Amino acid sequence: MKLIKSIIKPFKLEDVKEALSEIGIEGMTVIEAKGFGRQKGHTEIYRGSEYTIDFLPKVVIEVAVPDDIADKVIDTIVKAAKTEKIGDGKIFVIPVEQAVRIRTGEQGEVAL
Amino acid sequence: MISRFLFLLLGLSFASNLFAQENDPNTVGSAVSSIEIVEQTADVTVLDSGNTAWMLTATALVLFMTLPGLALFYAGLVQSKNVLSVLMHCFAIACLASIIWFAVGYSLSLTSGSGNNWVGGNTAFFLQHLSVDSLNGDHPETVWIMFQMTFAIITPALIVGAFVERIKFSAVLLFSGCWLIVVYCPVCYWVWGGGWLAERGIIDFAGGIVVHATAGASALTIAAMLGRRHGFPKSLKPPHNPGMVMTGAAMLWVGWFGFNAGSAAAADNSAGMAMLVTHLSAATASLVWMLVEWRSTGKPGLVGIVTGMVAGLATITPASGSVGPLGAIIIGASAGIICYYACGFVKEKLGIDDSLDVAAVHGVGGILGTLLVSYLGWKGELGGLGINSETWQDQLVVQAQGCLAAVALSVVATYIIIKLVSALTGGIRVSDDDETKGLDQAAHGENGYSLS
Repeated sequence: MKLIKSIIKPFKLEDVKEALSEIGIEGMTVIEAKGFGRQKGHTEIYRGSEYTIDFLPKVVIEVAVPDDIADKVIDTIVKAAKTEKIGDGKIFVIPVEQAVRIRTGEQGEVAL
Repeated sequence: MISRFLFLLLGLSFASNLFAQENDPNTVGSAVSSIEIVEQTADVTVLDSGNTAWMLTATALVLFMTLPGLALFYAGLVQSKNVLSVLMHCFAIACLASIIWFAVGYSLSLTSGSGNNWVGGNTAFFLQHLSVDSLNGDHPETVWIMFQMTFAIITPALIVGAFVERIKFSAVLLFSGCWLIVVYCPVCYWVWGGGWLAERGIIDFAGGIVVHATAGASALTIAAMLGRRHGFPKSLKPPHNPGMVMTGAAMLWVGWFGFNAGSAAAADNSAGMAMLVTHLSAATASLVWMLVEWRSTGKPGLVGIVTGMVAGLATITPASGSVGPLGAIIIGASAGIICYYACGFVKEKLGIDDSLDVAAVHGVGGILGTLLVSYLGWKGELGGLGINSETWQDQLVVQAQGCLAAVALSVVATYIIIKLVSALTGGIRVSDDDETKGLDQAAHGENGYSLS
């Protein structure tokens, strides 16, 4: 099992969600976040004084999937979230040791 | 009506005398003072309900400028963790200034009887002289006390912009109370109470010197003494709610009609012209500020255009009884340009964290208008309504004296008051920990936004 953690631009959330449902992904966790990479922040100017905004709004989507479809999910997210401009985000893939469905106690891939 | 008619007849006859004897300055002087006496005796006992109605309305408008106008304007400009503290400062100062005005302020500012030109008398302490029938000209003295009280409320509240996000609340109360008595009351007496500047013929229709120059100079002094906010100037958080800034600024604009047109102390042609020039200056300054900002930063901002509006209003304030519409446009345009660059000058060149630009917008604007009125109020080609001196150059000297004196008293007195308050409160600044936490939580135990 893999946990696919994607940091994307907030306005791409709907596109990514749609694309993932189309390939059969039925659940995800979405976290509103702030951060920056190479894009850095931006500056705002009020009354002639510059204010540097380091952290930009981002959305983190977490999806846990069986190993065999992980690549497909990653491709789907990349396609849906891409604008080809700086600041599109990143995807991290993390191995998952165990998954438990709290309601039934089921464990492993059936719990996803 | 009858008294007006008589006054007009007398005025005409004196004018013809003047024409006949214009080479004799003594005759001119006595003729003018006789007219004034006639006017005063004609008006002194009659209450004019129209003027009274307008002064009641104007009083409410000026209070509306502080509560909630100025409070919201300032609150939107700070970080979200300090929004309540700024609202609290403005509200508490409004209450405190009202009580001080009742106790000693009105007496020290606007009554004679002290026998000197520097400060008013003590006969009206606690308003013990007042009866329900007391008149000030043709409206009740009660209304006059209230109208002037709203000015005494907004002036210390303007200074709040200099010390937001890092001052102790106890220091705010102590400073504002002392400042009102030591700075505002004397300057108000000099200009409006018959003091030495009034005797020299100073023009300050609604408070360019009394309100804006004193607040601006004191703001700069206190900001320099208090020190910068953490992160100033590079890593500060920007204004947390520009929409709130615009809401408050728009209330200030509306309230300013009471401030300037109410300073005519009558519902008359002077009030009408004051309202017109006030509006034109605000609109011009807003657009000019926006254009300057657009050119220098690439984008026209909301906070910018409404700051331009406040600058235009502060600048027209001293001149609103003396200039015509064209003069108002010139004043507005000057305010939009000069106050914009003054903001950068104070924060970048001087390096003083006058956080919400009180000195650059109110101080510079008030002084600018006070100086410009000499020429623009002169009955020349720009439609001025008349000045007190023979020439605009003479008037400019008096205006400059007024500005210098008000700024000097503001700086020196603020310095001394802050030293005293600092000794009483163990330092006027909050701890670093509290500053990081935000004054809403640290000083008031409340939270501006619970968004969960």
